[in-house]
Formats: sequence, structure tokens, C-alpha cells
Amino acid sequence: MWTWFYRLASPPYVYRIAAAFAPWLLGVAGALIVYGLIDGLAFAPRDYQQGDAFRIIYVHVPASSLSVMAYTLMAVAAAIGLIWRIKVAYAVAAAVAPIGASFTLLTLVTGSLWGKPMWGTYWAWDPRLTSELILLFLYFGVMSLRAAFEDPNRGDRAAALLAIVGVVNVPIIHFSVVWWNSLHQGATILKLGKPQIDASMALPLYAMLLGFLLFFGGVLCLRLRGEVLNRERQASWVREAVKS
Amino acid sequence: MSAHSKRLDVDQVHVFRGDRHVLQGVSLKLEAGEIVHVRGPNGTGKTTLLRVASGLLRPEQGSVRWGGRAIGEVRAEYQAALAYASHEPALKSDLTGLENLRFTVGLKRSVADAELREALEQAGVAGCADLPVRVLSAGQRRRVTMARILAMRAALWLLDEPFTNLDTVGGQLLTQMLDEHLRQGGSALVVAHQAVTLKASVRPLDLAA
Amino acid sequence: MSIGTGAALSLLLRRELCLSFRRPDQLLQPLVFFLIVTTLFPLALSPELTLLREMSPGVLWVAALLASLLSMDGLFRGDAEDGTLEQLALSGQSLGVVVVAKTFAHWLVSGAALVLVSPLVATALAIPVEAFPIMMLSLALGTLTLSWLGAIGAGLTVGLRRGSVLLSLIVLPLAMPLLIFGANATDRAIGGESAAGALYFLAALCVFTSSLAPLAATAALRITLE
Repeated sequence: MWTWFYRLASPPYVYRIAAAFAPWLLGVAGALIVYGLIDGLAFAPRDYQQGDAFRIIYVHVPASSLSVMAYTLMAVAAAIGLIWRIKVAYAVAAAVAPIGASFTLLTLVTGSLWGKPMWGTYWAWDPRLTSELILLFLYFGVMSLRAAFEDPNRGDRAAALLAIVGVVNVPIIHFSVVWWNSLHQGATILKLGKPQIDASMALPLYAMLLGFLLFFGGVLCLRLRGEVLNRERQASWVREAVKS
Repeated sequence: MSAHSKRLDVDQVHVFRGDRHVLQGVSLKLEAGEIVHVRGPNGTGKTTLLRVASGLLRPEQGSVRWGGRAIGEVRAEYQAALAYASHEPALKSDLTGLENLRFTVGLKRSVADAELREALEQAGVAGCADLPVRVLSAGQRRRVTMARILAMRAALWLLDEPFTNLDTVGGQLLTQMLDEHLRQGGSALVVAHQAVTLKASVRPLDLAA
Repeated sequence: MSIGTGAALSLLLRRELCLSFRRPDQLLQPLVFFLIVTTLFPLALSPELTLLREMSPGVLWVAALLASLLSMDGLFRGDAEDGTLEQLALSGQSLGVVVVAKTFAHWLVSGAALVLVSPLVATALAIPVEAFPIMMLSLALGTLTLSWLGAIGAGLTVGLRRGSVLLSLIVLPLAMPLLIFGANATDRAIGGESAAGALYFLAALCVFTSSLAPLAATAALRITLE
């Protein structure tokens, strides 16, 4: 059972299987996203309360789920790297960070676009948007910390520790933001609530969620190959791989 | 007064600093009463070797053993038995010589001020005991660190360029200290770019570029 | 004849306090910063007392946060620069004990000092005297939590040049919960309502952070030392 775990720790192995996985992941992701967007944006019925504006949830909700999943994955990879001293794990953490940050940014932008027709303003301190904003800060912190070290090994380890500290704090931050927001409920309901999910609306949503997840996986594979190459550039297998 | 040393085994240690392969499979054995002089041009990893031996730096490959046990397993015991002197004097400039000793030696074992003053006296800087390190010369600071090494009563001395800033008298004092330490069963690993001549025989370890 | 953990903690605490008090000017800097930042708000907004009272919890807390963070960078940097951190790491005492002693001593001379100065600042912000006990209690819990978070940040950034900006960048998002609870507790105290809910959360956060942060800060320091 542990053999596959140790094989995963080998950089050339990961480099090869990532190349194999990426096109499949991206291909299926593409199909799902295209379906989800078409069905959600064009064909799903208008929401009773929110009209056409709600359609942005087909991008907003999957993006926000993925932003949190990505951070968790980054923290898990960081923990594996620190506990078992596996270098590939650090490469995974480094590869995930910008992708997760991008999903967080996408969440914020789509949330803002949703907010305009809902509240008449591009930004309101809604609990989810605020939590996502703080998550974006956490991502920036991890990426900046890694980049600040001259020795990349130390940078990896420091960023890994910060990622773990961050992931422990994410539930705390989310809870306190929700608590804070509930204290200051104005006359208008500020939460970007999901409308009642009807079957015709749910299917494209799940399709988008799965599509984003696979897209994340595919892009991760591509970035991971780059990270592994960079970290192992002294090794002989890299010279072989680059030549071919 | 030094404690009797156990055997130090550094086995095939590799250290990478970014892309540089700083230590390439370095090994050494150090028994009680022995001294090894680490030599080599700049940048060959002499200080890195000392830091690996002290446990501050974990090598990518290889091991360091004290009395047959890996130093990671016997950390507290190992640290209590060693005195590490880095290239900088490692003194707080706002504290007096005595206070510096109190807060470093005092963490290893409970020690009275009188004993610390005696160590400073032995190092020839009794007058610096109550002066802030800020006002001391480089040579005096080096002697305060010598006093610290004496006061620690360690079995293993890891010294990085200990002769820096010492005048002739200071240098002689240091060689006397080393001889006495070895005679009592201690051991020492010394990095120095000049020759180290003692009554005891000094084994060289050359780190090639 | 080696010394126990308790004796080591006490010796280390004495070392830190000794060092801090040898530089009284550095002790005062965070406090003065606290006062200055607080002054910025009435100047920027309005000296009108009712308005000040409304925004006072926020102003007080943000100022306290920034003032505490300012001095966090120095937690390990001084020792790292003159080589004494290595001596501490090789002292035979666990690095965790060193981190706990340093962080606690740092809180005593910065966070606790801020709490003592807070009535002055509170008066300037038109906070009623009845609110002072809750305000000071919440500040005490909050600054202690922040010191622990700052210790993690300091451990991670001590080797870096311009580390202090990065330290703030790392610590501030993590400090947002304590800001929320602390400012709310102060706000409710000003309004004469019970601040129990917010205080309980703040206390829970403090206990949680105080138990886990030393581990993280020690791990961070080990990474830096290598």
C-alpha cells in the first residue's frame, strides 16, 4: 500500500504521470464547464426573487468552494512535506497557491458583479465576500513568504508552516466574520444567499463545480511539472527529460 | 575543568545550500582527549560542518552520533555536554560580561556568580565583568567568550575561528586552555585558518574546494 | 546539576526584561506610536465627541494592533543578528521554552504596557470610565493573543531583510478575529450592555492561540535557524 505513496514522492514519476493526467482532466473539465455555462446562463429558469442576476452563482459558488478546497490541499501538502520531508509535497503546495488565489479572486469579482444589481453597490461587507477577501490575504502571505527567501528550501518550509497555521485559522476567521456580520444587519439583507435550488438549476451548478474541480486538477498538473523541473534542475533525469 | 567526552561520529554528511553542494560526504571521528583541526579555503563549508556537528543544521544525508546515539535522540544531553563558539562573539552588547555569562552558562547548569568571575579572571578579563560588552574591544570580547567556554565545563568544544582578534598572549592562553581541556578528557573540533600547535597532537581535516 | 524548566523560564524571562529595560527608549516607542495613531483619527475625521465615541472601539483596537505589531519584529531579530540565538538554541533547554519566555516577556513590556496606557487613550476618544475594566480586559486578552501570533510571524521572517512589513502582512489576517471580538466587547461596554459573549470568544481564542502558537513559533524558528 505504501509503495504508491513512496512512488508519488519521486519527482520524475510525478513529472510523468502529471503529463498523462493533464489533458484528460482539462478535456473533461472543458466539457463540463461549457455545459454548465450554457445551461446555467441560457437555459435555466429565472429565479423568482433575483431575476437574471443570480446566474452568476454558476461561477461564484464553484469558485468559492474551490478557493477553500485549494487552500486545504495546499496545507495538507505542506504538512506532508514538513512531517515526512518529501520534496514533491512542497512543489505541490507551491503549485497550488497561485491557482487557489486566482479562484479566490474570481469569487470576489463575481461576488462584486452579483452585488451590483442586488445592493446597488460593487462591494458590501457580506460575510462570504469578507471571508474570501481574508483568504486572499492568507494566500498572498504564503506566496510572499516563499518568495522572500533566498534559499528556496527554507522558503518552502516557512511557507508550508504558514499554510498550516492559516488553515487552522480559516474556520476561526470564517466564524468570527459571520458573527460580526450578524451583529450589524442593516435593513437590507446583505448575504449573497443561494436561491432555492430547483433541479433544473442544480444540475448545471454541480456540473460547474465538478468542471472547476477537474480544471483545477489539470492546471495543477501543468504547474506541478514546472515546479518539479525547477526544483530538480540539478538532477540528471531533468536533462534527459528536457532533451526528449 | 572539563567533563570527559564521549565519542563523536560524523558520518558521510551532505549539505546543500540552494544549488551548492557545500559538504560532500564529510566524515570524522572524535574520541575523548582528541582534537581535530578543520582546514580549508574559504567557502568549503568549515562553519557548516561545525553547525552540523552542533545539531543546529540538519544534513540532507548522513548522521551525527554522540556516544553511539544520534544527536536528535539525545538532544538535551548532547547540548549540555557541548560548548559552541561561533565566529562572532555572540554576546549581548547591552549586558555586562558577567551577565552574558550568567544568562548562557546559567541555562546549562546552576552556577554562582563567583564561579563566573573566576572564569573571567582565568581568561584575563576580570575587569570586564561589570562593564557592558558594548565598550569592550574585540579582543576583550573574544576573551569573554573564552571565559564562557571555560565556565560551561563542557566535554566537547566546537570552536569556529577562536583565535580571531586575540593578541599573542591571548593566543597562548587559548592553546593552554585547549591542552588542559584535552588532558582532562575533553575533545575539540576547531575551525581555524592558521596553524594550531598544541602539546597534544592535532589531527587535521582538510575540506577541499 | 542541570537546571529545570521552571528555573530556565525564570532565567530567560529575567534576561529578556533585563535587555528590554536597558533600552528604555525602545520600550516607549510602541506606546508613543499608540498615542500618535489614536490622535490621527480625530484629526482626520472630526473632534466631535459623540462621533468619536462611536468609532472609539475601532480606533482604539486598530491602533493597539498596529502598535503591538510594530515591536514584534524585534522579538528574535536582535538575538539572531549578534549570534546569541544560536547559543540559546544550544543551551540544553528546549527551544520551546526559549520562545515562550521571550514572547511572554515581550508581551509584558509591550502589550501589557499598552493596556496600562489605554485609559489615557480612551479618555481622548470620549470612552466613558465605566467601560474601562472591560476595555482593558479585552485589550489584555487581545494583545496576548497577538503576541503569540506575532511570535509565529517573527519566527518565520527573522532571517529576512525588510522582514517587518512581511510580518505584518502575515499576522494581520490572522488577527482579524481577535479584532472583531475585542472591538465588539469594548463597544458593548461603552453602550452599557453585557460584553460577555464577545469576551468569552476572545478568551477562548486567547487560550487556543496560547496553547498552539508556541509550537508553531518554535517550528518556525527551527526552520530559520537551519
